[in-house]
Amino acid sequence: MSVINDVVIKIATVNGTGSASANGLLRKAIFRMGVPVVGKNFFPSNIQGLPTWYEIRVTGDGYQSRSNRTDLMVAMNAQTYEKDMAEVIPGGWFLYDSTWPRSKLLDRDDITVIGIPFSKLCNEHFDGVRTRILMKNIAYVGAIAALLDLDLDVITQLLEETFGDKKHLVASNMEAIRLGYDFASEHFKCPLPSKVKSMNGTKGQVVIDGNTAAALGCVYAGATVGAWYPITPSTSLMDSFRAFCSKYRVDPETDKRTYAIIQAEDELAAIGMVLGASWMGARSFTPTSGPGISLMTEFIGFAYYAEIPAVIFNVQRTGPSTGMPTRTQQADILSCAYASHGDTKHVLLFPADPGECFTTAVQSFDLAERLQTPVMVLSDLDIGMNDWMVPEFEWDDKYVPDRGKVLSAEELENMDKFYRYLDSDGDGITYRTLPGSHPKGSFFTRGSGHTKLGGYTENGDEYQEVVDRLLAKWETARTLVPKPDIQYSKLNKSALLTVGSGNGACLEALDRLASQNIGLNYCRAKAFPFSDEVKEFIDKHEVVYVVEQNRDAQLKTLLMLDIDTNPAKLVSLLHYNGMPLNAGFVVEKVLEEIAKGRAA
Amino acid sequence: MSYIAKPKVTHPKLPRNKLGLTERDYEGSVSTLCAGCGHDSITAAIVQAVFELNIEPHMLAKISGIGCSSKTPTYFVSESHGFNSVHGRMPSVTTGANAANRDLMYIGVSGDGDSLSIGAGQFVHAIRRNLNMCYIIENNGVYGLTKGQFSASADIGSKPKKGLPNQQEPIDAVSTALSLGATYIARSFSGDKDQVVPLIKGAMLHKGFALVDIISPCVTFNDHEGSTKSYAHTRQFYHHVVDMDYIPPAKEIKAAYDEGSSMPIELHDGSKILLRKVDTEYDPTSRAKAFKYLRERFNAGEIVTGLLYIDEGRPEMHELMGNVDTPLSQLSLESLRPAKGELERILRGYR
Repeated sequence: MSVINDVVIKIATVNGTGSASANGLLRKAIFRMGVPVVGKNFFPSNIQGLPTWYEIRVTGDGYQSRSNRTDLMVAMNAQTYEKDMAEVIPGGWFLYDSTWPRSKLLDRDDITVIGIPFSKLCNEHFDGVRTRILMKNIAYVGAIAALLDLDLDVITQLLEETFGDKKHLVASNMEAIRLGYDFASEHFKCPLPSKVKSMNGTKGQVVIDGNTAAALGCVYAGATVGAWYPITPSTSLMDSFRAFCSKYRVDPETDKRTYAIIQAEDELAAIGMVLGASWMGARSFTPTSGPGISLMTEFIGFAYYAEIPAVIFNVQRTGPSTGMPTRTQQADILSCAYASHGDTKHVLLFPADPGECFTTAVQSFDLAERLQTPVMVLSDLDIGMNDWMVPEFEWDDKYVPDRGKVLSAEELENMDKFYRYLDSDGDGITYRTLPGSHPKGSFFTRGSGHTKLGGYTENGDEYQEVVDRLLAKWETARTLVPKPDIQYSKLNKSALLTVGSGNGACLEALDRLASQNIGLNYCRAKAFPFSDEVKEFIDKHEVVYVVEQNRDAQLKTLLMLDIDTNPAKLVSLLHYNGMPLNAGFVVEKVLEEIAKGRAA
Repeated sequence: MSYIAKPKVTHPKLPRNKLGLTERDYEGSVSTLCAGCGHDSITAAIVQAVFELNIEPHMLAKISGIGCSSKTPTYFVSESHGFNSVHGRMPSVTTGANAANRDLMYIGVSGDGDSLSIGAGQFVHAIRRNLNMCYIIENNGVYGLTKGQFSASADIGSKPKKGLPNQQEPIDAVSTALSLGATYIARSFSGDKDQVVPLIKGAMLHKGFALVDIISPCVTFNDHEGSTKSYAHTRQFYHHVVDMDYIPPAKEIKAAYDEGSSMPIELHDGSKILLRKVDTEYDPTSRAKAFKYLRERFNAGEIVTGLLYIDEGRPEMHELMGNVDTPLSQLSLESLRPAKGELERILRGYR
């Protein structure tokens, strides 16, 4: 029986051997055949030499998450043969470089081992050590093309797009493709029973990573000052911002720039720069990850109290401490929500995929300026660095940025006196001015105790008046943040609730559970503070499975702290080994809970 | 108390600057520092310098960290924009602010604890960027608000009020700045206003990072016998090496000067500073020679003061980045977006 467009290919290589472009070529070719695809990178915290894997899930159903299985292992790294072989599902295939035959690889009799002498073939056809290594990568793409019945014309076209005028490179790459393709076709039965077939499932879609998407969002939002300290897995966000800016923010005549990217000495300085720039009225941001957030917390508390807009992208990785820098998690939820000493709480936004990274980036600047407070976008390594298929981003040219309550020079001219922290509208949000705009606009920004007029105070009542007003602003924030996505199946009293990158796996799990006649409702929260709709959703259910990627149930804790609800109905499903969440985990855990007697 | 505003009663005959403002208009709230604190003298010098430079108060940004020195922005130019940030982080806030709005003038006030201990990293990196700002260190060798612990600028052998003398090498802000390539480096003494005021004026107008390290005795915790940052010790051992006069744009240098001892330098706004070298051997345009000289005088126990190094030629942060002249914060957001339809073109690369 043949399986169409439901196969997981995992490619095991050595870090630093240039396999990324070959893997990208393969992933793109499948996508160009109109077949939905998911690309996940499992890489070491290393520059060269350690094992690395790229997983391509071909999913005709268009699911977004990874599948926790391997059908076809492309084992190009002898260091990991044993582990890689063990991972293949029964009935699966194991492709390896048979230049050096390994009898031990034939131990498993429930899988098919495919040996192709890639090194030998490439050594015969190409000169130069580096070229041979690179071409070996391209050759395995050719072999996979034969095994899975990929369209060679599509591959040719992609190579032409990549190399443009360098026709000799197109020719040599195609030669390598052919080496793999022809050898596989001549020696093995191709295609395999599980194969790829052209379909029309990618129209209007792109495959992009979240950091690139967020950077593009910053460009469209009009961000001009980006300050950062390099940290995995957020670095590519600023790299992308720089790449877009060098294209769209440099005057072709004068060569002058309309952006400033400052590589700070550390994260403490990066956030300080963001606050300085935001104080002056520029849209300013910093991308970072957990350790960076830890260093920024003093300034984040300052920005909360002194009411300065700031946009912080936290591309979360596995903690605590250095943790596993190249693995994913959602374990900074609490440390971000309450970053800094004293009574502070911060607006968090949870994009679920790269498409939402683009829109959330724009939204984060609007919210930061409207609320005059730090806004943290909680992405993660899975969203930020992996390739997701998402609908093409849309941009409405009629979009009007929300700059919040900023008094113009004219408004200041007509005022008797300006007071920075006076709540004249009753929504907890006060008016600010931009330095230099008008002589009447001056005010003193301080993290020390201040009165509603902006002056220094050590008087308890005056202090309390301001921090109580900040609480009123928090309630305003609750009405402004994006509302949750809610789905009712109308069948049951149970539900799933998650945030961020858990979305894809949860949606797939809902489908799988539904096929077993278990119909759960679903809520994906998009922000903290939680909108009233989140509370209403929880209130309607007897059991809410809170799916999150950390050990300590941080999302559940936050729900309990922020929402007046019965904590007993919140049941945690926790996934925190650093790998992206998969639907199978959610299904299994829900079934376990039901087996224990929980309402379905 | 700093929240008590000074009454604004001015004598009708008080001198006015080109903007029609009196020096009183450049004052701030009443200082809450100890009576006799060197910092208050520096505050008075800042007021005079900014008044004489005819700076519009709202075009001045004053930023500080934490500590006694960092409280002082409240005490000058109340109509300017103040930012009292967190400990040791004044440079990063100033960097971001300046990146966003290059039209304002930036004066950062810090202390020896703020700049040489907790904020040492930010201090040195602001210098590397040649951030266009006037950076004042009010240097007293101790932590005042926490009652007299040594700071990193305390000299070896300097005695505290209680306990043992300092044993650790001091960090000298001036030679640190010199080694990092700061483009305007001055040192002075809070008790010498005639020297401090022109140094601050030059620092405000210098295009690039201008450090003014001012020894500013702490009357409560570091003004006793045996302290090397006391009024008495500083008066005894400090030497003017290079004095300077500030000459506003369009004014001619009238006084005759001797080529060996005087050196006019033109600032980017057309004003000039005239250096008067007390020690004619000294060359304030040579980093290597200045470094050698400072080290030798330091070893001899002298505190050399004046404008110790200047380089008007190096590009400041915006020039290094190649930014537009308009402050980034004033560009319309619409103008910063890719052209209509460009998103479609960008996304084509992701298919």
